Order: sequence, then structure tokens, then C-alpha cells
Amino acid sequence: MTEKTNLHIRLRRKLPGFTLDADLALPGKGVTAVFGPSGCGKTTLLRCIAGLERAEGYVSVNGHIWQEGKQSLPVHRRPLALVFQESSLFPHLSVQRNLDYGFNRIAESARQVTMAQAVHWLGLTHLLSRMPDGLSGGERQRVAIARALLTSPRLLLMDEPLSALDTASRSNILPYLDRLREELAIPVIYVTHARAELARIADHVVMMDQGRVVAAGELTEISGRLDLPDRDDEELGVILDTIIGDRDLAWHLCRADFDGGPLWVRDSGRSKGSRLRLRILARDVSLALTRNDDQSIFNLLPATITDIREGAHPAMALVAMKLGKIPLLARLTRLSAHRLELMPGKKVWVQIKSVAVLD
Amino acid sequence: MSPEWQAVWLTLKLAGATTVILLFLATPLAWWLARTRHWVRQPIAAVVAMPLVLPPTVLGFYLLILMGPEGPVGELTQALGLGTLPFTFGGLVVASVISSLPFAVQPLKNAFESVSGRMLEVAATLGASALDRFATVAVPLARSGFLTAAVLSFAHTIGEFGVVLMIGGNIPGETRVLSVAIYDHVETLEYAKAHWLAGGLLIFSFVTLVSLYLINGRIANRGLS
Repeated sequence: MTEKTNLHIRLRRKLPGFTLDADLALPGKGVTAVFGPSGCGKTTLLRCIAGLERAEGYVSVNGHIWQEGKQSLPVHRRPLALVFQESSLFPHLSVQRNLDYGFNRIAESARQVTMAQAVHWLGLTHLLSRMPDGLSGGERQRVAIARALLTSPRLLLMDEPLSALDTASRSNILPYLDRLREELAIPVIYVTHARAELARIADHVVMMDQGRVVAAGELTEISGRLDLPDRDDEELGVILDTIIGDRDLAWHLCRADFDGGPLWVRDSGRSKGSRLRLRILARDVSLALTRNDDQSIFNLLPATITDIREGAHPAMALVAMKLGKIPLLARLTRLSAHRLELMPGKKVWVQIKSVAVLD
Repeated sequence: MSPEWQAVWLTLKLAGATTVILLFLATPLAWWLARTRHWVRQPIAAVVAMPLVLPPTVLGFYLLILMGPEGPVGELTQALGLGTLPFTFGGLVVASVISSLPFAVQPLKNAFESVSGRMLEVAATLGASALDRFATVAVPLARSGFLTAAVLSFAHTIGEFGVVLMIGGNIPGETRVLSVAIYDHVETLEYAKAHWLAGGLLIFSFVTLVSLYLINGRIANRGLS
């Protein structure tokens, strides 16, 4: 990983059917999504990191050792916070007193998030005097997230925090998570099995299957790989972070800059210099051997082929490329790949028909 | 004080003392029974429930032997200079605590079992130690169990007869509680006096239980259980 590695997690634990065996070095900031099918051991991994379940191994977070050999800090002594899947608010306490619970249990000198900040970030001002059973699912999770932040954790763990919510509350709460990612300097480990959440909020990805880590790395790099399990060819696409370099107000377009060439995408009203996350689906990318400006597609970029694999359907081929440092995927028919004599190392022109703006 | 009022006062004193002691004793026991997965919890739970199925005379008989001058507990209390417990108010309290134990442990155990482990985990991740979690999460969430345990212990102690008679006898002002006084009146054919006391107990029990159900119902409606 390019960023400094500050989370070391090496855990082993027998589970019914398989063994959880993870050896991870994660960056000390940003959102690391632990992604995998239900029952792959990702929640157990999170619980072992928190100390809620026992596992053999070693855990250190930004220089503080939480577990080593037989020494293991009890949960309440670990400076972490955990947001659970379903509502976990104390039913006998008001929203304000739920927020106070963790806040009052840390030393004043250790407080890095103020009550006013947390209430503002999660939009809770009008909820403070309410009891949890009077809140909607989305409101409860927002309170739970604020309560977690108020403990000024050194590590924030989130266990599928949106999975119990309906689609509307889910898209309601995502902007709050985006804001946290931008405002907080602490590392977040986010367990999910939803690709949409992964694409939206992760900076780094750990993919798990049967208790093992099958891939780990930056989201862009992982999203450009063809060799991972549970590949879904329809949804396959590279996710990349760009900066808005220019806006063309007349045509409602903006220029998204990244290391590999600019792309013109629909203008979402965001100002120059702000971050824009894009997804380019493999099925929206076609290839040509020469640059062809005589067509409707105007996002044309030169790339080098790195890998070619058979698609889920025998008629299709998947092509992995590099645009500078950025990976890119294209899905074409095997016939086309054959006609163009595509092979690793070959230079091609990438024609991107459509780009999705993720946030 | 008339002998009747003396009996009423003594009964309330006994029930009050028993309830207070039971809450202190039953809380950790019920918590342990609700949380542990150790195999000994079943035999222990059975011992706690024994007073429910044993005839009170059997319980009273063994307590009499244990606490008597020749029994191990009796020898201990004598060595401590406390004399022997049977036929004293202290002896009555000990016997009532044991015989009412299931009435305190069972509702508390049920209430503690209904406190989700998730809530305690949440409290731990928010920095609360085990004792802190117990006091600030488990106890408030189990409060209807505490109410039920207190009321049932109190009421059951008032209704005690067999054990009281075996351990306490019938000493006015010391061990002559209401149930024994009623028995006395019936024995001596003083039905009018027996009616007053029996009727009073009947109404007391009814009012107590109705209040308990109403209060617990309100707690449940607030969504706290």
C-alpha cells in the first residue's frame, strides 16, 4: 500500500466450517471496507479486533498494541468505537443521554470530538430529547454513529451499519458518512456485503472468503482486477477518485482529472477542485486500435492492455488495461478481441461511452 | 400495642427485612444464573427452586436442625456469641430468606435473560467496565424484574406459615406473625378476630398484585422490556 501502514491485524480463530485466518496491514486513515459474502467471517473479524470475541494473534492500532500473545486489553479499555448492524441504542436513555454514555466515560483531555460537532455532523439537534423507540431506523443509526464518534476512538469499526435500513434511509445516511470520511482523521473499518456501499465509501478494500483474505488493496486497484471470486460481469467496473479540473457551464459538463487522463462527465454542480468519485463499467467501454474522433463518444484515452480473460458468457472477453497508473476494464466479444488481435502489452484507444458519478 | 397490631407490625418488619436481604442476595445469584453457561448452573437453579416444591415443614425441619444448638450453623452462631437462631426474630428472617429465595431469583433471572447481550457489548465498546455495564445497563433494563422480585418476596414472606411455625414458634412480639396469629384464633374458636386478620391479608394481597401488574404493564408499554 502506498499510504503508511498503521494497523496491524493478525488473527486466527476456528469457526464452524472454516478457520478465520487474517493477516492485514492497513492504512492508519481512510475507510477500509471488509467485503465478502454473508458468513465469510468478516463480522467475526471485526468482533475479534474489538475484543468482543477471542482469537489468537496480534492487534496494534497506530502504535498502540491491543493484543499480543496472551495479553489482550478488555473491550472497554480499547479506544475504539463500534457501530452495530441494527439499532443498538440504550432503550432506557434519551438520545442525549445515549450520546453522553460514551462521552462521559473518557477523560476530558482525550476528547477530540465535541458534543456540538457530533450533533451537527449527524444532524441530531431536533432529536436530542427523544427516546430511541420514537426514532426511525435511519435516525437511530445516525445517533449510534454520533455516540461512537463521541468516544474519540482511535479506530472506528462499522458492522454493516446500513443493512437494516430501507433504500431511502440508506441513501439519506450516506452523505453523513461521506462527511465523516472527509472530516475525521481516524481509520475506519467498514464491514459490508453491498457493492454499492463499497463503491461509495471505501478507500481501501479487504476481500474475504471462507475466513481468508483473498485480496487487499486500494479500491481502484481492486476494482480493476479480473481474478477475484464472485465476479459480476454486468456490474464489473473500475472506481476512481478524480478532482474537478474545469467546468463547461454551457454544455453542463465538467472535467474530471486523474493520473491517466481527463474525462468529461456530467456536471453535478460541484465546484472546481472538489473530489469526484467515478465508476466506469466494463460494459460501457469499447476499444479501437486507432483514435477515432468521428463518432459520438468523446472520452477517448490511450491505454495498454495488461490482461485478457474469458467472460461469464463464452461469447465475451474481459480486457484489463492501464491508463497511466489507473486500471480500466472493458468487456467485448471474443470475436472483436480476436479481430483486433488484442494481447497483453498492446496499445489501444479506450472509448468510454458512459461514466457514473458516485457522490 | 394490642396483640393483633403487634402481629401486624412484626409481620411487616419480617417481610421488609427479608425483602431487602433477598434483593442483595438474589441479584448476583440471578445474574450469574442468567449469564453463565457452566453446567453447575442447573443444579444450583434446582437448589434455589427447592422451596417451591418442598413442604414448608420439611424446610423448617432441616433449618431447625441446622440452626439448633447441635447443628453446624447453631454451633457457629453460638461460637460467635449470638446464641441459637430458632425461636428468635433473626431465625425467622433467615428462614424467610431461604423459603422466599425463588420468588426473588426467578423474576430477576428472567429479567436479566431478556437484557440482550448486544446492549452489554455496546456499553463495553463505549468504555464501560463490567460493573459499570451491570449498574447502568443491566439493572435499568431489568427494573420490572426488580419490582416483581421485591413485591413477590414481600408478599410471600407475609404468607409464610409452615416454616415460620417450625422455626419461630409462637412468641408474641418476637415470632408471632399474622399467619400464626390467625391459626391461633381459629384454634381457640375466636372466628371474629380471625376474620379481621384473614380478610385484611386477602385485601392486601389482592391490592399488591394488581398494583404490580399495572406498574409492570406500564413499563412494558413504554417499550423498556
